[in-house]
Amino acid sequence: MKSDIILSGVGGQGILSIAATIGTAALIGNLHIKQSEVHGMSQRGGNVISHMRVSDKEIASDLIPKGQANLIVSVEPMEALRYLSFMEKDAWLITNSKPFMNIPDYPDIQDVLSEIKKIKNHIIIDADTIAKKLKSIRSSNIVMLGAASPYIDIPFENFKEALRQIFGRKGEEVVNKNIIALEKGREFALKK
Amino acid sequence: MEKLLLLGDEAIAQAAIDGGLSGIYAYPGTPSTEITEYIQRSKLAKTLEIHSQWSANEKTAMESALGMSYAGKRAMVAMKHVGLNVAADAFINSAITGVNGGLIIVVADDPSMHSSQNEQDSRFFGDFAMIPIYEPANQQEAYDMVYNGFELSEKYQIPILLRITTRLAHSRASVELKTIKKQNENSLPSDIKQFILLPAIARNSYKKLLAKQDSFETESTSSKYNEYIEGKDKSKGIIAAGITFNYLNENYKETKVPYPVLKIGQYPLSVLLIKRIYDECEEIIVLEDGYPFIEQKLKSLLGDKKIKGRLDGTLPRDGELDPNNVATALGLEAKIEDIVPEILRDRPPALCSGCGHTDVFNALNEVMSDYGRGRVFSDIGCYTLAALPPLNSINSCVDMGASITMAKGATDAGLRPAIAFIGDSTFTHSGMTGLLDCVIEKTPITIIISDNSTTGMTGGQDSHAFNRLIDICKGLGVEDKHIRIFNPLRKNHKQAIEIIREEIQYKGVSVIIPQRECIRTLERRIKLKKRKTAK
Ligand SMILES: Cc1ncc(C[n+]2csc(CCOP(=O)(O)OP(=O)(O)O)c2C)c(N)n1
Ligand code: SF4
Repeated sequence: MKSDIILSGVGGQGILSIAATIGTAALIGNLHIKQSEVHGMSQRGGNVISHMRVSDKEIASDLIPKGQANLIVSVEPMEALRYLSFMEKDAWLITNSKPFMNIPDYPDIQDVLSEIKKIKNHIIIDADTIAKKLKSIRSSNIVMLGAASPYIDIPFENFKEALRQIFGRKGEEVVNKNIIALEKGREFALKK
Repeated sequence: MEKLLLLGDEAIAQAAIDGGLSGIYAYPGTPSTEITEYIQRSKLAKTLEIHSQWSANEKTAMESALGMSYAGKRAMVAMKHVGLNVAADAFINSAITGVNGGLIIVVADDPSMHSSQNEQDSRFFGDFAMIPIYEPANQQEAYDMVYNGFELSEKYQIPILLRITTRLAHSRASVELKTIKKQNENSLPSDIKQFILLPAIARNSYKKLLAKQDSFETESTSSKYNEYIEGKDKSKGIIAAGITFNYLNENYKETKVPYPVLKIGQYPLSVLLIKRIYDECEEIIVLEDGYPFIEQKLKSLLGDKKIKGRLDGTLPRDGELDPNNVATALGLEAKIEDIVPEILRDRPPALCSGCGHTDVFNALNEVMSDYGRGRVFSDIGCYTLAALPPLNSINSCVDMGASITMAKGATDAGLRPAIAFIGDSTFTHSGMTGLLDCVIEKTPITIIISDNSTTGMTGGQDSHAFNRLIDICKGLGVEDKHIRIFNPLRKNHKQAIEIIREEIQYKGVSVIIPQRECIRTLERRIKLKKRKTAK
């Protein structure tokens, strides 16, 4: 198996928490991982990308070649459109619908969403609202991960275990909130 | 042994701890910052009493590490590529003195300039200094090179350069750790004059360095990081340095690379190895991130009749390599064009909303509108982002410290008023000496040191200027009444304008210090406090 995942968003939105959870879940399954991140300047509100590669075989490159990603997970809708050249032909694009408007010329959000709908395999999810309903707005990224989880070749149970490992020291309540967020995201994606 | 999922930077830090390090010296700089931060956070490093406090700049870091090595202990220096320009004097001379305790200099290059002013290639510096260079292909190699590198350094009494690039620094993979080695005991150099570079001694030391060159090359020839991999198809031979080896293999996932491959991880180049592949193959493609370092060497050593790479357009002359441009160079795929939906907008980095720098620039912009464009010399830090809209406040950003000195030169040339804009950390890095120049000449200059109590750009490391800025300026000779302090908040906008106007009128050195903590570090402090009180 291999899952080549592009994570995208805006600096400060915390895409690395998604990467860390996938990484931990992959380790639980004894898989190989390479994950490349952006640090430094772009973290000040610029667009950021992380290449996440998981495989049962040894992985050569830290970067995913263009045309070979299986999945793009974007926590911001316009950012979902920035890395389309990385997608292979059957790839999925999972994006949050909530725009992050820190530039003056942000396009009309309806136009952004209709551009996303042109992609064959896409899921648009309002992760922020789902997280808010769970009274856990900080779990929006975990909702996103839940929505992406059916398209990642890692058993779902491993994602839950990863959240237990990552949030364990913050207590049972935080762990459960995140697990519910993960499940809600997954439910949404599977209903599609 | 234990396996950890580590960034390249973290693998280097962990290897240093495990390899018997006694101190790391560094100034922050993307993509090298996480090396030192990892050691600062490591409980193990704390119990081993490994030094890890930040230095004022890369030169002080390099020299402190050399001092630690003089005293017999293992030391590391870490910096970004342009930091090596600052440390160059100490760096080049450390090759002449040689070392006592093992010394590894880690330099992180940034091809494609993800967070830098240029994409200079540190291998040239290593070559210039005539010392061995390591260039790891992956996180595990980075670990191994550092773990064993101290011994190589001690064996030849020579500093070692470890050259990495952004992709390795900031990419995570699993790394297998080795058992911890004990730190060295203190010891003086066996030749007590080793570190005295008086001409009479230095001439001799330089001869010794020259005499070591053959051994360095022999080490490269037998190094496990330089590997000759057989291939049946001799129509091409491929030389792949550092991480480009992975991009090559990525393109032959299911099969083996059909051509002979020379993987390079240690320099000086082994002429034996490159001659072999050159003689065996019809043409040579050189894959290397950064400048065409190997390619140029090859051409001068062997003639350029069949060498392809960045110089003949087989690969792009600038920017980093990736699996796709390597595939194109190998003739495996056509260039994949980027898909850019028309609706997509650029999202450049910007100052955080509420950042104190913004309030300073708002006031400065208003004042400078009376004088016209092109008069604000700035520096490197978060405030450099004021070069972009909507602020459009600054007219230069060259190297750390250059704001004050360039404004001085422009003033000398008659451009008045000229303003220097610098941050607190950059000021103590290399602004203080320029200020002294101004004081000595009583240059009519207005210097704004926008003090946010931290090194913001690189993630909020402690700033040497903290609580000392005013005393430093006074100590350097700036008159009390021309050191002006205010709190850059919107409600103080009028006051800020008044202060800047008044000081521009003054025909001597003025230093204006707007002081308000970076919001990012403030948030972090509040969070930590909450967590502590919760416990
Ligand atoms: C020689 C050199 N070393 C390090 C860096 C990386 N770097 C860029 S800006 C900066 C710190 C800026 O701090 P400060 O001047 O206080 O401004 P702030 O970002 O806090 O606004 C550093 C370390 C660099 N560009 N050049
Ligand atoms: S990190 Fe701090 S100094 Fe930098 S832009 Fe944000 S608030 Fe300003």
